[in-house]
Amino acid sequence: MGEKEKHISRSQVEHLAWLARLELTEEEKELYTQQLNEILEYFNRLSEIDTSNVPPTYHVIGKVNVFREDEVQPSLKTEEALKNAPRKRNGFFEAPKIL
Amino acid sequence: MKLYWLPAYEVKQKILSQELKAEEVTQEIVERIRMVEDKVNAFITVCEDEALKKAKEVDKKIVKGEKVGVLAGIPIAVKDNISTKNIRTTCGSKILENYIPPFNATVIEKILAEDAVIIGKTNMDEFAMGTTTETSYFGPTKNPWDLTRVPGGSSGGSAAALAAGEAFLALGSDTGGSIRCPACFCGVVGLKPTYGLVSRYGLIAYANTFEQIGPMARTTFDCALLLTVIAGWDWRDSTSVETPQKSYVEVLDGELKGLKVGIPREMVGEGVEEKVVKAVYDYVFRLEEFGVKWEEFSLPILNYALPAYYLIAMSEASSNLARFDGVRYGYRFPSDGNLDWNDVFSKSRRDGFGAEVKRRIILGTYALSAGYYGKFFLKSLKTITLIKKDFEEAFKRFDVLIGPTMPILPFKLKEKIDNPLALYLCDIDTVPANLTGVPAISFPCGFSNGLPIGVQVMAPPFREDLTLKIAYKSEKILGFDRFKPNL
Repeated sequence: MGEKEKHISRSQVEHLAWLARLELTEEEKELYTQQLNEILEYFNRLSEIDTSNVPPTYHVIGKVNVFREDEVQPSLKTEEALKNAPRKRNGFFEAPKIL
Repeated sequence: MKLYWLPAYEVKQKILSQELKAEEVTQEIVERIRMVEDKVNAFITVCEDEALKKAKEVDKKIVKGEKVGVLAGIPIAVKDNISTKNIRTTCGSKILENYIPPFNATVIEKILAEDAVIIGKTNMDEFAMGTTTETSYFGPTKNPWDLTRVPGGSSGGSAAALAAGEAFLALGSDTGGSIRCPACFCGVVGLKPTYGLVSRYGLIAYANTFEQIGPMARTTFDCALLLTVIAGWDWRDSTSVETPQKSYVEVLDGELKGLKVGIPREMVGEGVEEKVVKAVYDYVFRLEEFGVKWEEFSLPILNYALPAYYLIAMSEASSNLARFDGVRYGYRFPSDGNLDWNDVFSKSRRDGFGAEVKRRIILGTYALSAGYYGKFFLKSLKTITLIKKDFEEAFKRFDVLIGPTMPILPFKLKEKIDNPLALYLCDIDTVPANLTGVPAISFPCGFSNGLPIGVQVMAPPFREDLTLKIAYKSEKILGFDRFKPNL
């Protein structure tokens, strides 16, 4: 693994792009591998601090669960909900084939 | 002075006293936009017809003697990641180029209920990811003080619209500095509220545990007025906090004598331009004349704020932006049925997202993936705990913390766009407020070669009143609201 692939390799970038369903061009794969390594080199300074007995903060103001009654409320009409769909058919979203 | 430079509050008074019609005010702004927009590019969408219609409604109400709202007839610019019913909302992205929300964000309902006039949707870095407004699919916004320079970001359009006299008030959003950075670079006032003070319902999410919608204006008074309108608990945002309704305008006046200010050395240290440091200290020396006590102190944990912020923000972004699948809304890669779900999904996102968004999705996916989750994502959440603890300690000693908003002056367009890490480092002084949830305001404290320099004031949670009071007094002492760019 070369210096410019210290933290993340080109094949890892390809795999992450697949996980994120984000097709990348060959140039992007090359560029991102180089840039992400530079960025991660900087981010890696986090390893300098000791957090072994520190709990994580999930919410800055410390709110936990918020509940409300599960009541029926008016919702969008079908045509409103479908208004922005790039493809629709018979009052449904038209999705690409899955199988 | 030209009408478009007046403070929002004065314009409202003129509309209420019928010295001016709301329609005339909106017309004036529409003409101003026509005059300067080619140079500035602050707007993605200008809503001339809707705005004039709303202004006429306000005029009718006034003539009839009906009660009108506190923003009656005031043209306001809205960042294009805040959902506006029947008005295109793009997030500065190709993927949402034609998206028309079927509902209003809570803040939009609130400003419309107070009779504000939405004049347009402002340019922004794509999905609010950026520090310059250059990552917008709709081209960069230019800084009205120097058209060869960036306006800051990501709410660059909102800040530039104010600085160019194209709106009286503006809404922005701030995830890691996106209100304060452009407010600083464009010489206006911008406030990031405490996390939970303003409803995020209808704000298209980038990193939802950090972001807040906030007010921007040319004067502190106007900023306080807009905050008063948008603040408040909302059942549709489970992270919004129940706080008593209050007027941020009524608490502006007051002396600063006895105020204890802390200046974290890390905020004025390495990487901060000398001119910026000087302007901030000159400002603090002025405060001293008004009985303010200040002290430098060290907050070493701030050296870790930036990586913690970016790792969490990118992780959340990778998850939030998974909704853009080309099925329910947004751009979809054209295919005649020969491509399967994964292909359409991947190609729609390839063509619909810009470079910075892609970079953050990939990095966020990495930080959340098996083997790196503990090292990066969880580690960042633990780092927040440490930063929060040190902030709480600092606020026991000091009423507020003061530092630069941006470590550098507005730089040239294209100067840093090819170096993502260099751009991230610009956020070094703004991200701590997002990590800790505290309110932070930016307002002008000086100029260097005609470019504005901003100072930032951070206060304990829900003490927006304190940040605004300091900004209000400072504005009176320094008088920077008098300066306008030549366009």
